[in-house]
Amino acid sequence: MHLILEPGRAEKNYWRDLWRYRELFIILAWRDITVRYKQTVIGVVWAVIRPLLTTIVFTVVFSKIAKLSAPGAIPYALLVMAANLPWQFFATAMSESSNSLIGNANLISKIYFPRLIIPVGSVITSFVDFLITLGLMAALMIWFQFVPDWRLFLLPAFMILAFASAFGIGLWLCALNVEYRDFRYIVPFIVQFGFFLSPVGFSTTRVPEHWLWHGFDIPARLIYSLNPMVGVIEGFRWSLLRGESSFQVSALSISVFVTVVLCASGIWYFRKMERTFADVI
Amino acid sequence: MKNDAIISVENLGKKYRISHQAERQRYTALRDVLANKVKGLFQNRKSEIENQKSVEDFWALQDVSFEVKRGEVVGIIGRNGAGKSTLLKILSRITEPSTGRVDLRGRVASLLEVGTGFHPELTGRENVFLNGAILGMSRAEIRRKFDEIVAFAEVEKFLDTPVKRYSSGMYVRLAFAVAAHLEPEILIVDEVLAVGDAQFQKKCLGKMQDVSKGGRTVLFVSHNMVAVQTLCHRALWLRDGKLIADRDVAPVVADYLRGFHGQDDIQQWDDPKTAPGNDALRIRSVRLIPETSGDDNLISMQTPFRIETEFWVLDASRQLHFTYHLLNDQGITVLTTGFPMQVHPVGHHKAVCHLPGNLLNSGGYSLKLLVVENGNKVTYIRESIASFTVVDIAERKGSWMGREPSVVRPILNWNVETLKTNSSSTHN
Repeated sequence: MHLILEPGRAEKNYWRDLWRYRELFIILAWRDITVRYKQTVIGVVWAVIRPLLTTIVFTVVFSKIAKLSAPGAIPYALLVMAANLPWQFFATAMSESSNSLIGNANLISKIYFPRLIIPVGSVITSFVDFLITLGLMAALMIWFQFVPDWRLFLLPAFMILAFASAFGIGLWLCALNVEYRDFRYIVPFIVQFGFFLSPVGFSTTRVPEHWLWHGFDIPARLIYSLNPMVGVIEGFRWSLLRGESSFQVSALSISVFVTVVLCASGIWYFRKMERTFADVI
Repeated sequence: MKNDAIISVENLGKKYRISHQAERQRYTALRDVLANKVKGLFQNRKSEIENQKSVEDFWALQDVSFEVKRGEVVGIIGRNGAGKSTLLKILSRITEPSTGRVDLRGRVASLLEVGTGFHPELTGRENVFLNGAILGMSRAEIRRKFDEIVAFAEVEKFLDTPVKRYSSGMYVRLAFAVAAHLEPEILIVDEVLAVGDAQFQKKCLGKMQDVSKGGRTVLFVSHNMVAVQTLCHRALWLRDGKLIADRDVAPVVADYLRGFHGQDDIQQWDDPKTAPGNDALRIRSVRLIPETSGDDNLISMQTPFRIETEFWVLDASRQLHFTYHLLNDQGITVLTTGFPMQVHPVGHHKAVCHLPGNLLNSGGYSLKLLVVENGNKVTYIRESIASFTVVDIAERKGSWMGREPSVVRPILNWNVETLKTNSSSTHN
């Protein structure tokens, strides 16, 4: 084995190294998952209670108080839960990965490995929470005696989309967090902001297709779809709820496009900053 | 292959940017960046240029070149901030060099800290796998050596206990055990010996010795000169980011120690009016002079040395008694000595006292001077009128490379005789 270290050299072997360090990646992800459910006895319970409570509250607020109705014959609680599923994952993954580099500062300053392992690992950890919540969704469907159809088999595709968007934003946030140490105060705000910009408690059909403003025709729905979570949430609803929720290919493609841009730019920015992580962390 | 060097380093340099703005922070805050941008809007461009000037380049390493052959054990010495850690960080790929090139022809494992990545919530067993993976072992490799690691650490009973319940001793033992079972071609070790109690350090050093005898290439950074001399054949000395010596370990270490301790033992005042003292007596100088054949002023544990005091007596009618207290760096008075009360005529005098070798332990010492007048009145006290360091340059090599905890280090003779044997060999 012959290794050459030169300025700028690490760039060239990056992807090969990523593969070479797969065992470390697996063991770090395993560590995070073990610790997550070991540290708090209610670790698993917590992963269930949070989405359950928000689903109940949202169903009451939007359905009973705001008198919104779900499209078709879907119970409103299922409409909310189907959106909560990817949203909770997205929110957790975003805040976990934004802190992941700082949390592993001792490793980063003491050993070499492709730093990309760390934020990916934290998104995966959040994915375990997601799987638990998925069980909750199944329980709710049984409760409402709601049987999904063939569209369910397309769910993994939307999971990948959710994963990719969380990963893209997470990369940006964690790199910015190392660079600007007060950035972490902004992250909860971004999460909250994103929550109100995402159709968790209501159906996207509530957002008008067109919006007339001083004589201008604004394609409001398409602009709304710039939020990658719009495509993800509507995709989840479509595949889980027998396609009774609206589903626009144009909106989905915008979300997919935004996600791809986020991931690509996230990787670019992360790798640009990565070289100095050990020096500034 | 052209050469058999396993590590070759050419013109290696590492540059850091240091900002002189306000207090030096290790990281930037977005708040400050934004505030500066806004400020910039209202200022002219001239001040912006001034702001940029306040950022300065700092070379933590500069033009470092050396080669290490397969199986060599090389010590890296230098004061704090000399660039040792930066060099190790570059070699272990934690940070990239700014200039130059490094060729590594073998698998590298670096041990910059014992127990990197240990997680307190995980059990001992889990942490062995975690730490092993972090140090670059594969799972199969860890599984194969697992029993050996646990036995070395002596924590069999607590394998399934979270390490947060471990005593600090158990924790360090387990961490070192994992590290000690690494089998890379190149091992980079930084100050791991600074942890644990004396007993454990002994064990670590023993293991290090095994490793270095096993044909592994080792780079070893330490402030423990005895360990460096015992383990390494060759030493690199870094000062201010530059490599200033690269040859056999003994002369490099001796030079290094001399650079450290050469200057602090001479104090001299030439003018009797301003020299320390009182109206009866002024001190001209107190010197410590090693009595060795060499002309360097290094005092090792074996070196006999003398204390020379020159003084002026200004009033012959007063009876003066000089007392010296020799204090070690823990503030313990190791010995007191002095010359008896007697009348000195007015004038310039010199008093000499010989101290034998093999008396003091290694460490820092200071000399306190008391002058007593007429047997009952202390007329002059000066703390630390001279200070010096006794170094251990491993002339007396034992299995133990740390510093003995004793105050003095005389060589004492032991007679061991057999009074009666009970073994079967008596029948022969």
